[in-house]
Amino acid sequence: MSFEISITLSLGSTRLAYDFAAGSGLTALFGPSGAGKTSLLNAIAGLVRPASGRIVVDGAALFDKAQRINLKPEQRRCGYVFQDNRLFPHRTVRDNLLFGWHRAAPENRWMSLDEALDFLGIGALLHRMPATLSGGEAQRVAIGRALLSGPRFLLMDEPLASLDADRREEILRVIERVRDELKLQILYVSHDRDEVDRLANQVIEIAPPG
Amino acid sequence: MALLTAEEWEVLALSLKVSAVAIGACLPLAFALAWMLARWRFPGKVLIDALVHLPLVLPPVVTGWLLLLAFGATGPVGGFLQEWFGLTLMFRWTGAALAAAVMALPLMVRAMRLSLEAVDRRLEGAARTLGAGPWRTFFSVTLPLASPGVLAAAVLGLARSIGEFGATITFVSNIPGETRTLPLAIYSALQVPGGESAVTRLAVISVVVSLAALIASEWLARRSGHGRGRHVL
Repeated sequence: MSFEISITLSLGSTRLAYDFAAGSGLTALFGPSGAGKTSLLNAIAGLVRPASGRIVVDGAALFDKAQRINLKPEQRRCGYVFQDNRLFPHRTVRDNLLFGWHRAAPENRWMSLDEALDFLGIGALLHRMPATLSGGEAQRVAIGRALLSGPRFLLMDEPLASLDADRREEILRVIERVRDELKLQILYVSHDRDEVDRLANQVIEIAPPG
Repeated sequence: MALLTAEEWEVLALSLKVSAVAIGACLPLAFALAWMLARWRFPGKVLIDALVHLPLVLPPVVTGWLLLLAFGATGPVGGFLQEWFGLTLMFRWTGAALAAAVMALPLMVRAMRLSLEAVDRRLEGAARTLGAGPWRTFFSVTLPLASPGVLAAAVLGLARSIGEFGATITFVSNIPGETRTLPLAIYSALQVPGGESAVTRLAVISVVVSLAALIASEWLARRSGHGRGRHVL
């Protein structure tokens, strides 16, 4: 599994350029706030359209301006774990977990609900509503929801940012197990040096514009 | 003693029919307009916004007169409907429904637009990355989250349309059994010497119907959308 990313993004009057390749394991996209790291993940997920360049995963283009390729987000098979978990507030944990699973083609599903519950230790939360979950519980459900959608790779946007120290450790271990046991490639955005040192196989420095 | 005379029952039934048809027909249009105003950026948006809100600030009698011009037998829309579909709205209950719909539209668009703008669009992005296309995202995320507001808007519009007077009497007159809705019947009873008891009964009905509408909207809003999570709040 590999990424080749070479794009420019226009955000208002700011122009951001990224050019890097990432191998297997966890690649940290490391840089200060305001460097456009989240915009980069959004571009890879297809939520933001780059101004130019190309995004290639395993030799297949998700976006290529020159060849007019721009896959829709729902065609890209990326599991996106957001900073603020972004669970659907009107659906139970179970319905959140299965949202992507139901949409995925059967041959693309590589994890069952039971396996996910077991892996993340969230079996007891199944019938709760997201508003009743603690930060750590919600983030585990969000990771489960992403895994169950049958992704080819994960995008993680500061998944520890809104957690206290104990919960951070808990989620850090989950992420390590996703990396080592599931062998899933992860692009991981962070501005925290300790986090990056502990998790990353490869670090890409993202500099602020200008 | 009967609660209402046969004539008054007829007025009530007509009022409910006119309002129900008005809101039913208005709902998809109001939602489309609310969506356009909440989500799209296009030149002339300010003008569309102002036009939608016009019935809210115009004297209702002017709105009724404009409807008369447009939908009258010789009006541009009325002539077309008459010629192609043999349809006349003037002096018909359908015309009363049109007047009620036009008057309720701004309120409904406003309420729906607010509820659409309150939906966190990042949740829609999350749904897309999980494999849902735009329509699936709309029906499983956007609409459920906006639905309490949309329902509240519909009931608000219904309450408004039941009270509609000025545009209706101008556009379709005050014909018993055809266009004489509750407010028009109250107005007529006021003109008749000794009509006070009829006025009182009709006014009580108005209060009861309006209260029922408001309570229904509250109930609908509570049990939809976040309803399944309510027990934990």
